[in-house]
Amino acid sequence: MNREIYGKLVFELSRPGRRGYRLPDNHIDPCAAPQGGEKAPEIPASLLRQTPPDLPECDELTVVRHYNNMSTNNFGVDTGFYPLGSCTMKYNPKINEEMAGHKLFASVHPSTPETSVQGCLEMYHTLQAALSEIGGMAEFTLNPFAGAHGELTGLMVIRAYHDSRGDSGRCKVIVPDSAHGTNPASAAVAGLEVVEVKSRPDGTVDVDDLRPLLDNTVAAVMMTNPNTLGIFEKNIPEIARMVHEAGALMYYDGANLNPMLGMARPGDMGFDVMHINLHKTFSTPHGGGGPGSGPVGVRAGLEPFLPNPRVIKTDGADGKPVYKLSVAPDALGSVSATLGNFAVQARALSYILSLGREGLMEVGPLATLNANYVKESLRDDYLLPIEGVCKHEFVFDGLRDKSEHVTTLHVAKRLLDHGYHAPTIYFPLLFHESLMIEPTETESKETLDGFIAVMHDIAREARETPDLVKSAPHNTPVTHPDDTAAALHPVVTFDQL
Amino acid sequence: MIRFSESHEYVRVEGEYGFIGVSDYAQKQLGNVVYVDMPEPGDELEQGEDFGAIESVKAASDLIAPVSGEVVEINEALADNPRLVNQDAMANWIVKVKLSDPGELDNLMDEAAYEAFCNKG
Amino acid sequence: MHRYFPHTQQEIAEMLQRCGVSDLRGLYSDVPDELLLKAPYDLPSEKSEKEVRDYFGALAAKNRHVDVCFAGGGFYDHYVPAAAQSLIGRSEFLTAYTPYQPEISQGTLQYIFEYQTMMCRLTGMQVSNASMYDGATATAEAMMMAVAAGRKRRRVLVSATLNEAVRAVVDTYARYHGVTVHTVDEADGVMSVSRLGEMLDEFGDVAGVIVAQPNRYGIIEDFSGVADMIHARKALMIMNCVAADLATLRTPGEWGADIACGDAQSLGIPLSFGGPYLGYLCATQALMRKMPGRIVGATVDSGGRRSFVLTLQAREQHIRRDKATSNICSNQGLMTLYVSVYMSLLGAAGLREIAWKGHQCALYLLESITAAGGCRLKYPSRPFLNEFLLEMDCDVDSFISRSLEAGILPGIKTGHNCLLMAATEMQTREDVDRLVEIYKSMAR
Repeated sequence: MNREIYGKLVFELSRPGRRGYRLPDNHIDPCAAPQGGEKAPEIPASLLRQTPPDLPECDELTVVRHYNNMSTNNFGVDTGFYPLGSCTMKYNPKINEEMAGHKLFASVHPSTPETSVQGCLEMYHTLQAALSEIGGMAEFTLNPFAGAHGELTGLMVIRAYHDSRGDSGRCKVIVPDSAHGTNPASAAVAGLEVVEVKSRPDGTVDVDDLRPLLDNTVAAVMMTNPNTLGIFEKNIPEIARMVHEAGALMYYDGANLNPMLGMARPGDMGFDVMHINLHKTFSTPHGGGGPGSGPVGVRAGLEPFLPNPRVIKTDGADGKPVYKLSVAPDALGSVSATLGNFAVQARALSYILSLGREGLMEVGPLATLNANYVKESLRDDYLLPIEGVCKHEFVFDGLRDKSEHVTTLHVAKRLLDHGYHAPTIYFPLLFHESLMIEPTETESKETLDGFIAVMHDIAREARETPDLVKSAPHNTPVTHPDDTAAALHPVVTFDQL
Repeated sequence: MIRFSESHEYVRVEGEYGFIGVSDYAQKQLGNVVYVDMPEPGDELEQGEDFGAIESVKAASDLIAPVSGEVVEINEALADNPRLVNQDAMANWIVKVKLSDPGELDNLMDEAAYEAFCNKG
Repeated sequence: MHRYFPHTQQEIAEMLQRCGVSDLRGLYSDVPDELLLKAPYDLPSEKSEKEVRDYFGALAAKNRHVDVCFAGGGFYDHYVPAAAQSLIGRSEFLTAYTPYQPEISQGTLQYIFEYQTMMCRLTGMQVSNASMYDGATATAEAMMMAVAAGRKRRRVLVSATLNEAVRAVVDTYARYHGVTVHTVDEADGVMSVSRLGEMLDEFGDVAGVIVAQPNRYGIIEDFSGVADMIHARKALMIMNCVAADLATLRTPGEWGADIACGDAQSLGIPLSFGGPYLGYLCATQALMRKMPGRIVGATVDSGGRRSFVLTLQAREQHIRRDKATSNICSNQGLMTLYVSVYMSLLGAAGLREIAWKGHQCALYLLESITAAGGCRLKYPSRPFLNEFLLEMDCDVDSFISRSLEAGILPGIKTGHNCLLMAATEMQTREDVDRLVEIYKSMAR
């Protein structure tokens, strides 16, 4: 793309008098209203804006070309391999987009009475039932808008449950030190205190460290399984038993659910509450960071605490199912003004139907195969801190040979030069040079082999021509944007430029 | 007299006042400081409680009061140029407080003890 | 193999060999046997695209077909330009994640920067984030932001005229976050300013006051003197506004608000039965570092080129962990693109034309339906833009079902005998006349 011509901001393309719209004629003649009707009071000028906002004035082609060109400065799953650990950047099938944008769904107002939106409610109920089957839970709410929102909702379910039993002294959540930052942040927002439990050298939760932390002040233990290192928590049955004996609940962060598809269910592991990131496991597009969807599931007995409203299935007079909205007195309250991100839910259901039970059973094993294949192929050049099979992802602690001081950041930036998105870097915090790779099940062996070859090349360059790696990237649309300057003197609008 | 806390704040005592900042070790750990969130004059600090935060591009650390006291002055220069902390952490204190309990200084480390503490960690 | 999986049996065998296991189950040797699934999921078999399409077609057919929508309540039926739909479908935008690698994410970063600018100009504020799910959660985040900025203050006042669904979410967040919420009573359809003054006097520790514009009845409230009153008590003024209306109404910035928040669905996002939408959250410069979520900043790269990065990240959950004041992780990217493209196409003139068209249609609707008798404005002295509350003598539920049978959603039932009705550029004189005929036939 020619940045000189096309690299402008939309405000720089604006010309007074241009426009990119025409509104429909509504045929309303204000004088033609029937006699005797009520007239509204005039709006006082003091309640109106005195000058119009300075928004762009552009014709349609200018807008289309502007954003189209901008898109070419972006990298998505459709562009190339995106092994961003913990994010499950799998292929987003096109049929899902078509189903989500279905004209007959796109125009439905969320306040339409339930008898007129039976199709929408059936979709909601069908998806929640499918997620319940996959998660091993009794019921799901699809209302939460994203993974973090699901975590918050799930923790509120747990608090509502303890409160309902008069067990209100439970103010702590135990979180492994390997957890994603969102877990402790969600706990804090839900008004809970965070207690960290240590990991053992193999990356799993230290049961002996956990035991003394469990008492009647603990509301829940929040875990992912496999954890953020891609390691399955083998002791999960024992941990669940200990936690339940202490009267606390087990929360499953569904960020890493993908490798469990077809193999094991969180409900069977002893988890009581879980959320699922539909934009990870169920292939709804990440959209540059959103919109997501974070359904929350609960084991039998916890349904009354789910947020209002729930969608329930009842028998109609003619034997056909009738879907209704239900509001429960013990519910935690409501976390959304609507039934969640409906169009995202539609994509997930489209994906589940397309895969079917046969396809869903293959997701976990193939994702795990791809991850182990990449891990075993690169461990000669990259430091593998934890031995053994991983699940859908794994973490290297940087290059094995650190003599030239080539860091994980350098490796990540060099990958951009080769047309790959970088893995997740510097997370988890357990290692100094974390490089977290998640290939997902939709990548072919050729793609993985290509990536492996480039990673080996970079390791060789790090020894032979380290400056080439350290100064990467070299052929991206921009190079080394100065983020220190951006944080020191924030320029967050065009007016501040 | 200068004293250090385990959370890497220092307090330099001059008469009844204390100048609180972060140690040179702390600024090195943080990297380029881009923002210092400071309290307001008149705020009361309590030993062990946070009173602000210090941020670099990709890290943030709460400022924990090494001593209790009323804030009498904040270092306005840091608002415009937070990088002064990197240039000389000891000279560029963050807040000046009127000590409310000089006895608290006994809970802190002197320079030698602090150096040993940093080397250990 | 399924059409989404590229693996051949031969490749699987080769890859397993590299991994040192003999079959796929071997990769799960660390999972206790009793946890492994013993049978396939109880779910339907794999479907072709045609079957998936037929399935959704059948689902859609189970909805009643509605082609005219007079319902609002925070979400409005606006026309979605074809160019907006087409551009958000660009897969480079659609299939990218949060722009962690700025070198290959300038597309996402730039449109967010443009979005921030447009939202600031629309609301009259200085900074905007790009991370809120919807208007209700954005308002709850604004409340938590005020509490965080107010240090030890944990009390928030909320106008009784705030949208009920938004209020419910605010209450939920407050309850668990340990914030005490009090309602400022309404008087004749608007927040009682004198009551607000009394409450501010009564409680010395109010962190923020949440007001609504237009309010839950569609009424445009007059906030003269309110900001001064709130600021005198060192509290923050939070305005929940319908985004599109701010091209026409006096802005939160002009009223002296500290935080503007609400839903941006009205800026061209399809109704889609409730989502995805976009919450907006804008604030004064002084509150920039208390903002939750992602913020994009401009900088230069090593070649001196203008470029964009995620900035002020030290505020965020992945760094502050349990010290964070929000757990927001999303960057509602695609929806910010939606409204950026929409505002680029419509411009200020388009947004204002839409508002006045809606106003004109609402006036015509009000005049026509009240001329038939048996209904009236609930708050006749209060001005509104495109939404009003109608008090009806007939059974509101019956009127709604009769209208739905004709494919018209006439509004949202409010209380036991009122209907909240909204108009936009989408409804015509014929639509209004049709609805009024249904009403007349019922009244008879």
